[in-house]
Amino acid sequence: MAGAEGDDSLYPIAVLIDELRNEDVQLRLNSIKKLSTIALALGVERTRTELLPFLTDTIYDEDEVLLALAEQLGSFTVLVGGPEYVHCLLPPLESLATVEETVVRDKAVESLRKISQEHSPVDLEVHFEPLVKRLACGDWFTSRTSACGLFSVCYPRVSSTVKAEIRQHFRTLCSDDTPMVRRAAASKLGEFAKVLELDYVKSDIIPLFTALASDEQDSVRLLAVEACVSIATLLPQEDLEALVMPTLRQAAEDKSWRVRYMVADKFSELQKAVGPEITKNDLVPAFQNLLKDCEAEVRAAAANKVKEFCENLPEDSRETIIMTHVLPCVKELVSDTNQHVKSALASVIMGLSTILGKDNTVEHLLPLFLAQLKDECPEVRLNIISNLDCVNEVIGIRQLSQSLLPAIVELAEDAKWRVRLAIIEYMPLLAGQLGVEFFDEKLNSLCMAWLVDHVYAIREAATCNLMKLVEKFGAEWAQNTIVPKVLSMSNDPNYLHRMTTLFCINALSEVCGQEITTKHMLPVVLKMASDQVANVRFNVAKCLQKIGPVLDSSALQAEVKPVLEILATDQDMDVKYFAQEAISVLTLA
Amino acid sequence: MICAGGGANDVQWCFSQVKGAIDDDVAEADIISTVEFNHSGELLATGDKGGRVVIFQQDTENKSLPQCRSEYNVYSTFQSHEPEFDYLKSLEIEEKINKIRWLPQKNAAQFLLSTNDKTIKLWKISERDKRPEGYNLKEEDGRCRDSTTITTLRVPVFRPMDLMVEASPRRVFANAHTYHINSISVNSDNETYLSADDLRVNLWHLEITDRSFNIVDIKPANMEELTEVITAAEFHPHQCNTFVYSSSKGTIRMCDMRASALCDKHSKLFEEPEDPSNRSFFSEIISSISDVKFSHSGRYMMTRDYLSVKIWDLNMENRPVETYQVHEYLRSKLCSLYENDCIFDKFECCWNGNDSVVMTGSYNNFFRMLERTQRRDITLEASRESSKARQVLKPRRVCAGGKRKKDEISVDSLDFNKKILHTAWHPQENIIAVATTNNLYIFQEKVN
Repeated sequence: MAGAEGDDSLYPIAVLIDELRNEDVQLRLNSIKKLSTIALALGVERTRTELLPFLTDTIYDEDEVLLALAEQLGSFTVLVGGPEYVHCLLPPLESLATVEETVVRDKAVESLRKISQEHSPVDLEVHFEPLVKRLACGDWFTSRTSACGLFSVCYPRVSSTVKAEIRQHFRTLCSDDTPMVRRAAASKLGEFAKVLELDYVKSDIIPLFTALASDEQDSVRLLAVEACVSIATLLPQEDLEALVMPTLRQAAEDKSWRVRYMVADKFSELQKAVGPEITKNDLVPAFQNLLKDCEAEVRAAAANKVKEFCENLPEDSRETIIMTHVLPCVKELVSDTNQHVKSALASVIMGLSTILGKDNTVEHLLPLFLAQLKDECPEVRLNIISNLDCVNEVIGIRQLSQSLLPAIVELAEDAKWRVRLAIIEYMPLLAGQLGVEFFDEKLNSLCMAWLVDHVYAIREAATCNLMKLVEKFGAEWAQNTIVPKVLSMSNDPNYLHRMTTLFCINALSEVCGQEITTKHMLPVVLKMASDQVANVRFNVAKCLQKIGPVLDSSALQAEVKPVLEILATDQDMDVKYFAQEAISVLTLA
Repeated sequence: MICAGGGANDVQWCFSQVKGAIDDDVAEADIISTVEFNHSGELLATGDKGGRVVIFQQDTENKSLPQCRSEYNVYSTFQSHEPEFDYLKSLEIEEKINKIRWLPQKNAAQFLLSTNDKTIKLWKISERDKRPEGYNLKEEDGRCRDSTTITTLRVPVFRPMDLMVEASPRRVFANAHTYHINSISVNSDNETYLSADDLRVNLWHLEITDRSFNIVDIKPANMEELTEVITAAEFHPHQCNTFVYSSSKGTIRMCDMRASALCDKHSKLFEEPEDPSNRSFFSEIISSISDVKFSHSGRYMMTRDYLSVKIWDLNMENRPVETYQVHEYLRSKLCSLYENDCIFDKFECCWNGNDSVVMTGSYNNFFRMLERTQRRDITLEASRESSKARQVLKPRRVCAGGKRKKDEISVDSLDFNKKILHTAWHPQENIIAVATTNNLYIFQEKVN
């Protein structure tokens, strides 16, 4: 199509092509992102013969450009002439698959996997598979790591001789000299196992799995744990004991805490993969050990899985196992020396109540909740409070409220403002659980106290909290309990508190509705227009702009407009500015 | 192929090259602060006080000619670090390169880590021999082309060009050290490395710059209780979980990262009981370890303190298997060395390719080769007087008191301003790089 239509249509494309090699990275990146436009203008033939060779050589570029290029090429098939020519995309992607930057390599592999599906079975063997082999035998580990991710996509679609070669290549990479390649192979082991015939899984994958799981490098061994999950799902139950379990047991007791951490982290997946019988016999003791591990990181990872593990236990023996095996360990963790362990436990422990039912919860779990509510570390207490809903369903929150209240009060007054901020965020939830009476009685004063906190972020969160409370308890409750208190702050000698009144009105006007806003809030706002502090005055202007839509037009014309007009002639520049803005937004001019 | 197995004394060392300015007026920025061969020995990097890194490449064209095989030529020079100012602490941060470590080669490009007191950087050194040609809207020289004359689109093509070597910063690992970084070391897993300052050791992932894990922290709650600092740290060459760090008290702690996330508890403590007869005011200062290096085999480690080099078997903690005196004659001079601050000089040390010889520096531009199996040693000098091509280096002797023999140099005439702190040994061949103040000497085995 080039040439025929004349210069005008070519110009933008010419710019795009020239910018492929502009000095400015951003322009190159823009051009690469519009690569399909360039290819379309060049036509399929020139794209294949000119553009792709150029792109193959551009691997000197910045990572972000290469990343964009690798991504583009994954959906370029149509632009080179369809599946028949898809193999033309292999050279540029091959060179991108050898760069040192992991993100770029991974993206190139992802695109290669994508376009492998568009190869015909013949092309796959003629073009794609040789590329995989070249990468697998490359001098540099970057290319060999990339090869690891490509075996599984071509294996199902090639002849049995080529299949045998692929298996051989994979075996070689699993025992590569460099740990990076072994890591890449270990991380793709599960995926590759999935596409292999079951016999080969047993004869090929299991020995590789066993070898990688006892690699000298910790970083390789821990990846074998992940592979364990996929391999275990593929094998029939009767083979698991002999083929997988020895390795898994070994990993759970590995000398390196990082490997044990991985086992703890993947515990739920492992549990599902090996099934109920092995879980009962093997995983329960393993889990106990992980909960008692000498390394805090491992205990924390295991503690995180307590709820999920218990949930997935076979129903017939669930309660017995929890009560006799898990709970004793959990009890110890409640007084762990490490706060991360305790806080990990606190984030899931409440979930046990639904599994164990009311009686057990009251008898066994409640003391633990209460102990954690009194923990010295605020994060632990916060995690308990944030999950109160689980307990509420089972035993009702009243059981806890006696201990809850001091815990909340203490957090609400914590010296660290981030802790105070966190507890504010749970207030609407707590209010919902505890009900309006309890709230009015015990918590309302806290919520109001936050409005005059000396940290702005807390005051801001407190205003937002009020809005959420009103959404829960309704406008009438607002009018009786919080609006008077908020409005009384407009006379506070501290201008920051006076501004808080305005911020609260901003947040509350909509949920409180027109009547309360017009009757109670508006007069206060208008009165504050004559405040001596300019910051208050321009916030009045902003506030009026905000609540304007809630008011009816008569109030706007009769009350708001005159005040804004006065403010628009204020001495202070900012006050003027915001007043004028409000006038124009509310179309009062 | 030259057999690296020969002992130091079987090898005759001869001059090969000297790099750097010849005049005696030394600019502070030109002082070499670190020297390091890459894993193949093909590249040699130096860092200096001016924050620059200079990389030399072994001449491959003449490799067939044995006498020229160790010619190293400048391959790339770049500014790695710039002077900075920490506004929060009102501290100047020098640009001086404290350490350089090469990464194992992963693709056609080469990578190295360089660090000053605070910030570690990962550099990529790559070659480019092609450049794109052909624009649509302008000529190659930049002149605009009339856009109305475009009748067809041009796709640029890559054409060969003269080889260009580029150094580009790939990662900056900053803000993790409160004190001065003294060591960096790449793990054998090739994805992590450690960095050590006076009180802490941090573990980094090579691809992640925004977090590092603190694995050793010896900072006491009360800084007045501080009695020792970390002076050097290194990963084991093969065991990814093992690293050591040395202290100013002359001890070396070995830690196992498998045991726990925080390695405050060491798994082994290497320490030699002090000889009471040698005890003096300076004992503690001179026992401070200035460098620790694992042997290539991973079986031994070498430590350098002010007066000696010790070789430890990793399986024996209570005393070193070998101890070599580097310049014992200075023991009587410690008082004046204390006064001129020389006693705080941090000498480094290195192994040869097959761990049979170790090398370390001394004063007066002398450096020492210590041959292990035969317990023999030799003192050589890096000087311009003997810098004629292929000139054999003569052994030097220092008169340790008594009557001075011919060819001996008296202790009093040693120049303490000329010190060799940094040396490096080619990983396979008998080629060494020795940094005098601002010159880099390259010596090689004499080939007949």
